[in-house]
Amino acid sequence: MRPFPHIQTLMSRPLDFVQLLDEIPLGVIVLDTDRRVVHLNQHFQAITGMDIKKALGIHCGNILRSGACITNCPVLTMNGTHRSITCQSDIINMDRQKLPIQLTCAPILDTDGIITGYIETVENLTSKASRTLDQEAAYSFANIIGRCEKMASIFQTLPMLAQSETSILITGETGTGKDLVAEAIHQTSQRAAGPFIKINCGALPETLLESELFGHTKGAFTGAVENKPGRFKLAHNGTIFLTEIGDLPLALQVKLLTFLDDKVIYPLGGTKGFDANVRILAATHRNLEEMVDQGKFRKDLLFRLNVARIHLPPLREREGDIRLLLDHFFSHYTRLISKDLDGFSTDALACLMTYGYEGNIRELKNIVEYAVNVTQSPQIETQNLPAYLLDSSPSPTLPPNRIPAPKAPSPQVLRAQEKDMSPTATWSQVHREMILEALKASGGKKQAAARRLGISRSTLWRNIRKYNIQ
Amino acid sequence: MSKTAIPLKDNRIIPRFDLATEILIIKSEGRSEILDKKSILLPRSSAEELCHLLLAENIDTLICGAMEEEYFEFLQWKGVDVFDSVAGAWDLAFIRWQTNQLASGDILEDRQVEGKKI
Repeated sequence: MRPFPHIQTLMSRPLDFVQLLDEIPLGVIVLDTDRRVVHLNQHFQAITGMDIKKALGIHCGNILRSGACITNCPVLTMNGTHRSITCQSDIINMDRQKLPIQLTCAPILDTDGIITGYIETVENLTSKASRTLDQEAAYSFANIIGRCEKMASIFQTLPMLAQSETSILITGETGTGKDLVAEAIHQTSQRAAGPFIKINCGALPETLLESELFGHTKGAFTGAVENKPGRFKLAHNGTIFLTEIGDLPLALQVKLLTFLDDKVIYPLGGTKGFDANVRILAATHRNLEEMVDQGKFRKDLLFRLNVARIHLPPLREREGDIRLLLDHFFSHYTRLISKDLDGFSTDALACLMTYGYEGNIRELKNIVEYAVNVTQSPQIETQNLPAYLLDSSPSPTLPPNRIPAPKAPSPQVLRAQEKDMSPTATWSQVHREMILEALKASGGKKQAAARRLGISRSTLWRNIRKYNIQ
Repeated sequence: MSKTAIPLKDNRIIPRFDLATEILIIKSEGRSEILDKKSILLPRSSAEELCHLLLAENIDTLICGAMEEEYFEFLQWKGVDVFDSVAGAWDLAFIRWQTNQLASGDILEDRQVEGKKI
């Protein structure tokens, strides 16, 4: 009979190691340095059908029987390093069933930091693999809408780029869907099971950004009271998405370049590097070539990031996609707020189709959200659209990145002005005013007011409490 | 005469039938003397193509690692005697088969932990 291994000194009494592993809801296999099985937990036995008696002392490849064991053994890939590896693969269990799995392999170190074995966790992904189509679409390119020629060619390239390990630079005007594309690339890549970490390089001051990206060691600077791992370390085995890369300070551009070259990160104040297995995706709405000429962006970093480039066209260059997107967001928002509307009126549609959309898809989406919310007629009419749309002439050749200031307040804001409210009233203020008007018009009857607003009685009740309407 | 196929990797039975690219085919006089041995290398791994190869080669017995149910059933239906989930050196497995001692799920490896036999 095998002795029961114990964990000593962690707590006041020795802990039962076997019982501890059995409580973990993942398959766990413990190996020696020759990759021979030392222990399996109960969950592993449940997934694979292998029992500990049969597996003990046998090479893990014959026990786990995963595709990764044969094509790219994770333990051998670690090659003596101290970093963990995660990959997706499949196994064939003793019931002759093929199961998709996520395999994570990490070294076991003794107190002197010497590798004395390996621990692998096995997660059965069968339930995740059978997600519904809707859920699947949310994580794939199916969520990116478009059928114009430019988008069609992007759709052809994206899956190939997603499967590769190359750095990708996503360019395009504001609101063209750079974030969506980055997330879809991650979700359809081999790293989908790993983390997706997004950092806005323009959102943090230089000093904070360095610590945020690369981490810091305790005492590195005043206020660094403990070690911080940094986003690159957190993104290990996953993808890091650097949005607004054009706003990255020059000093950090050098550090990023160094990382891209040797894949090792050095936290602020630390001397010990960490081998980070991270894929870089970057995005910007700026013209990086122009910035290179102006000396604001490093040429070598541009070359390093620009291994593959995806340029998302602005909406004004996507012929035929405006209608598609209008319909998509219309059905999305009507479903979201359970409002029964019969599409756009001819006039409203004509207005929406000829508008310039300097803010691209984000602007179109906001317009539809606003219209769906404020419309009380069966169809979205011209007067339900934000007022600045009606005053602006079609502008298909507007310069990029210029966000138009609203030229005239919307009808709701006009009503708010009549009530001595600021013309720059927020949505909450306008919304509160609309509820008050509906309540007044229906003589204080909530059911009738809710009907006028096109919302349910319970939603109206929540809003009344939210806006503290007495 | 009998023909036995064993998918291999580095002279051992490959743990997965569907990922094999090297097949050892042994011709023997019943379960006794080996008459001929040959290896076939496949351009890529594919369980379906491997099944077709086994049928084209008129294989009587297959000794292999893990195998999916549908291929197991298919080969049995085609009259191939399948011993799956076998692990270890091919020659040990073949000797076991010759002596009628082989069974599906047999692990024919020395058991060791940290270099010590257990």
